[in-house]
Amino acid sequence: MNSAALLVRYLSISLRAQLQYRSSFLMGALGNFLNSTIELAGIWILFDRFGNLSGWSFAEVALFYGTVNCTFATAELLTTGFDQFGTLFVRTGDFDRLLLRPRSTVLQLAGHELSLRRIGRLLPGLVVIVAAWAALDLPMELDRIGLLAVALAGGVAFFFALFVLQATMCFWTIEALELMNILTYGGVETASYPLPIYHRFFRRFFTFVVPLGCIAYFPIVAVLGVDDPLGTTRLFQVLAPLAGFVFLGIALGIWQVGVRRYTSTGS
Amino acid sequence: MTAAALGPLWAVVSARYRTLLQYRAAAFAGFATQLFWGAIKLMIFAAFFAAATEPQPMNMTQVVAYVWLGQALLGMLPWNVDADFRAQVRDGAVAYDLMRPLDLYAYWFGRTLAFRVAAPTLRGVPMVVFAMVLLPVVGLGEWALVPPPSLAAFVGFVASLVLAAMLATAVTLLAHISLLWTISGTGVDRVLAVMVTLFSGMIVPLPLFPDWLQPVLDWQPFRGLADVPYRIYSGNIPPSDVVPELVFTAVWTVVLVVLGRLILRRGVRRMVVQGG
Repeated sequence: MNSAALLVRYLSISLRAQLQYRSSFLMGALGNFLNSTIELAGIWILFDRFGNLSGWSFAEVALFYGTVNCTFATAELLTTGFDQFGTLFVRTGDFDRLLLRPRSTVLQLAGHELSLRRIGRLLPGLVVIVAAWAALDLPMELDRIGLLAVALAGGVAFFFALFVLQATMCFWTIEALELMNILTYGGVETASYPLPIYHRFFRRFFTFVVPLGCIAYFPIVAVLGVDDPLGTTRLFQVLAPLAGFVFLGIALGIWQVGVRRYTSTGS
Repeated sequence: MTAAALGPLWAVVSARYRTLLQYRAAAFAGFATQLFWGAIKLMIFAAFFAAATEPQPMNMTQVVAYVWLGQALLGMLPWNVDADFRAQVRDGAVAYDLMRPLDLYAYWFGRTLAFRVAAPTLRGVPMVVFAMVLLPVVGLGEWALVPPPSLAAFVGFVASLVLAAMLATAVTLLAHISLLWTISGTGVDRVLAVMVTLFSGMIVPLPLFPDWLQPVLDWQPFRGLADVPYRIYSGNIPPSDVVPELVFTAVWTVVLVVLGRLILRRGVRRMVVQGG
């Protein structure tokens, strides 16, 4: 069986398992839905009070919000194995079993669980993208939609990479640290607003160190067809989402270093 | 209650508190996380305020105080249940609590109070030191937490904070008691977390909500958890209005305690102890 087929097999088993506990899935999805909608409510409240955000309209900011929530939710679908890595695999020593199997550890962890309740964040994200697109009257051009798709793919790679890095830390610290929440949940909040409103230090950090801006702000500026107040060129904005894939490549490299360092615990 | 009855309760509160203070690395990670959240939120609010042309129900200095106090006292908000308590219900150890010669509600209230207060004292003090002392030193004075405008505001803040802790405990305890029915309780605490976060003012300070919503917001209990104390601190609620606000929070606390006692009495009667 090739890797893709195996992954599909893993995920369909996980899917069937979760549908056995239907009310648990529904409550989980509801929780995700409410959490992502109160963030949107917060944005709406501020626009209702202040009218605009240094020239940006509510619909424009909603497109940032929708994009980043879709990418984060999709990455979360596939990363429960990484998110729970410390508790489920390192502390118990169960990672040994994964290492013994003749398949890559990344594949096995991605297939650990398809976290279906994340659609509670994914669906509102998609609805907001469509609604914002309609409200802004953006033309349905192939290059705009294509760029949005590339931005979404780059965003999924980016957040996937963050969860891989969080799991990698467990090789040293056993348990995951709350610190990574800054970049995951904090990243979603940060990227829901346009990058220029942040202090220069944060802008640089989220462009060159952790390329959050490259998978949300820059490509969406090009999708909106507006000029970037930060003065970047269209070419840069269009190529920016590729940083998400580069970031994933680096994260997987660091993961391999961590795997080599792993010493078994537990009994 | 007599002093003799309070003795064991005090022992419960202090023992639980000392247990929770052990997790220092987690506290540091939490501190850094909240610092980041505070900075991001402040930059977002500042960007909105920069474009504001008309006077707002709060000024930026008051919003800065609101955000930093919110980050410092985040753990006090009743947004989750005590994992130990959940485990107790799940594995049946809760039966031991039923046998103790103590008033069950009061005993759980003490435990829950310690759970709510431990984290903010550990995370809150460094956060206040950082926001009040360190930020001005490094030249970021406009983002700093300034002291309350008057002694009366400070006294009012302390009093409202004590009441907020009681209210937060009463709300958390309702979630704890609901575990007797749902066992896992993942649904109740998720919905509770969302209600508390939005209606206490943690997403956006309540005065900045639309004007037509204000009459509703003014009467719901969750504002006593954060909005009231933080606005008393910054002087947004003037000292002359403090007493009615304290009465408001106290009345809601009493209502929720009475409600909790009633539900607990029913819950104990029909409870099924898990495990064997």
